[in-house]
Amino acid sequence: MNIVVCIKQVPDTNEVKIDPKTNTLIREGVPSIINPDDKSALEEALVLKDSIGAHITVISMGPPQAEKVLREALSMGADEAILITDRAFAGADTLATSNALAGAIRKLDYDIIFAGRQAIDGDTAQVGPEIAEHLDIPQVTYVEKVELMGNELKVRRALEDGYEVITVKTPVLLTAIKELNVPRYMNIKNIYTAFQKEVKIWTANDIDVDKALLGLAGSPTKVRKSATKEAKGLGELINKPAKEAAEYAAHKLKELHII
Amino acid sequence: MNIADYKGVWVFAEQRDGILQKVSLELLGKGKEIAEKLGVELTAILLGSNVDKLAEELVAFGADKVLVANSHLLKHFTTDAYTKVIAQLVKERKPEVILVGASYLGRDLAPRLAARLVTGLTADCTGLDVDMTTRNLLQTRPAFGGNIMATIECPDHRPQMSTVRPGVFEKLARDNQAKGTIEEVKFELEESDIRTKVVEAVKSLKDIMDISEAKIIVSGGRGVGTKENFALLKELAEVLGGSVAASRAAVENGWVDKAFQVGQTGKTVRPNLYIACGISGAIQHLAGMQDSDYIIAINKDATAPIMGAADLGLAGDLNRIIPELIAQIKAIKA
Repeated sequence: MNIVVCIKQVPDTNEVKIDPKTNTLIREGVPSIINPDDKSALEEALVLKDSIGAHITVISMGPPQAEKVLREALSMGADEAILITDRAFAGADTLATSNALAGAIRKLDYDIIFAGRQAIDGDTAQVGPEIAEHLDIPQVTYVEKVELMGNELKVRRALEDGYEVITVKTPVLLTAIKELNVPRYMNIKNIYTAFQKEVKIWTANDIDVDKALLGLAGSPTKVRKSATKEAKGLGELINKPAKEAAEYAAHKLKELHII
Repeated sequence: MNIADYKGVWVFAEQRDGILQKVSLELLGKGKEIAEKLGVELTAILLGSNVDKLAEELVAFGADKVLVANSHLLKHFTTDAYTKVIAQLVKERKPEVILVGASYLGRDLAPRLAARLVTGLTADCTGLDVDMTTRNLLQTRPAFGGNIMATIECPDHRPQMSTVRPGVFEKLARDNQAKGTIEEVKFELEESDIRTKVVEAVKSLKDIMDISEAKIIVSGGRGVGTKENFALLKELAEVLGGSVAASRAAVENGWVDKAFQVGQTGKTVRPNLYIACGISGAIQHLAGMQDSDYIIAINKDATAPIMGAADLGLAGDLNRIIPELIAQIKAIKA
């Protein structure tokens, strides 16, 4: 069984702070991590590898430093890692990104493609389904459980108020949510071998896709402007014993006709 | 692609088990505003099996026209069937804008459809407007984990597609006198087109109130400390006639079900009153509640980020303040 896992290196947006003086993002010193949903996708692939044996290729589109997350994936147990990196990919929106990744995946053998549902920096949840469309394979999103039954998968996909169980034949693309599993730690032996392995570097010339579909030129959506949100003005701050604080608040609620 | 050929605003009317999802009605509300600015028709796209009654609902909530695709193969959502049918309709009728509710299913459908149509999609828009000089949709959304707001445009491709979370826009008041055309459309779809099969559907949270409907919310975070301590917040919510909600930290600790989660990966709420108890105010949480009319924050730390977002910050121990607050409110109500 061949499994491809798409992962993304993202800034840990949970750790991002806003500079109170300038009201802008402090981007320096923000740690980079494997996107959490992607880590769960990788873990699921590793669980399948543990149970039935599988060859896992992790792939990422990013700048050269994204190699770091691919090494981390190798340390968790992936067999092969590919970084697709090229200035031609710069400025890509989700459609152009999905085209680049699909272009790379076309060069690989795959039965299952795992991806995280969404990245914590873009939060779009679009790249996975778009890759599936380019490769003309079925998709199941919001996956919280995977069972292999021959060449068919039985997958549980989350809904807001419950779930659905879906059967689908391979090849298929699945997007994972954190609820799927608890990712394993890297293991010492794997960390050592991870550094013996080569992370393959592919450029736009190595992938199977029309170059016009890549990068900024291949992106139908364009950012017109972006800004840090205006901090809502500081309201009232009451620093008093509980009783007085509660009195003040209750009084306020009455004023506002909430009670 | 000739941009000028594309006219009209479409809203995907999501139905599950014959029930229209509220987010689709909310999008009709916003869609009407956009259609009026552009001077075009607002059309709802309804797929399902025997869902004609829903078409009338859609007219009552603002659709000028409803296109109904009726087939037993469309009874339950599947990516393949819904994408195929809607893509056909788009190719035939060329809308300039398509709005899709960012439900779990909407977020499955929209990117697949956008890739098939080779067009731009902007997810989780919190604002939609029209640039009248270009007739382009201006789509505003949080980015970088909610730390910044970006305005996105799709100038050279059609249709322009956006997904919007439930609770962001408001539906129009129902108008039973509203007039609209309901058209049942022809389309090509075979069983062999559908590569996934739903073998079981389970609703696990039957009677949990949808917190995005609540007008008053008392929300708890890491500072609440234990599952049992949520009872304190529940009491406060009850005395105010509101609902309990939670931050991601409380949900991840297993203190409340994820249906109660407010924030970037939870629900968006805009109640009249939001009381944040023991919540630090991470950007991802604020993204889900900062448009509440009045925000009260109770936190031991007077410098917690939530205090900067609140209209009223009470610095102190929630275990002391909340009981006092409950007593005060009861006294006023008596």
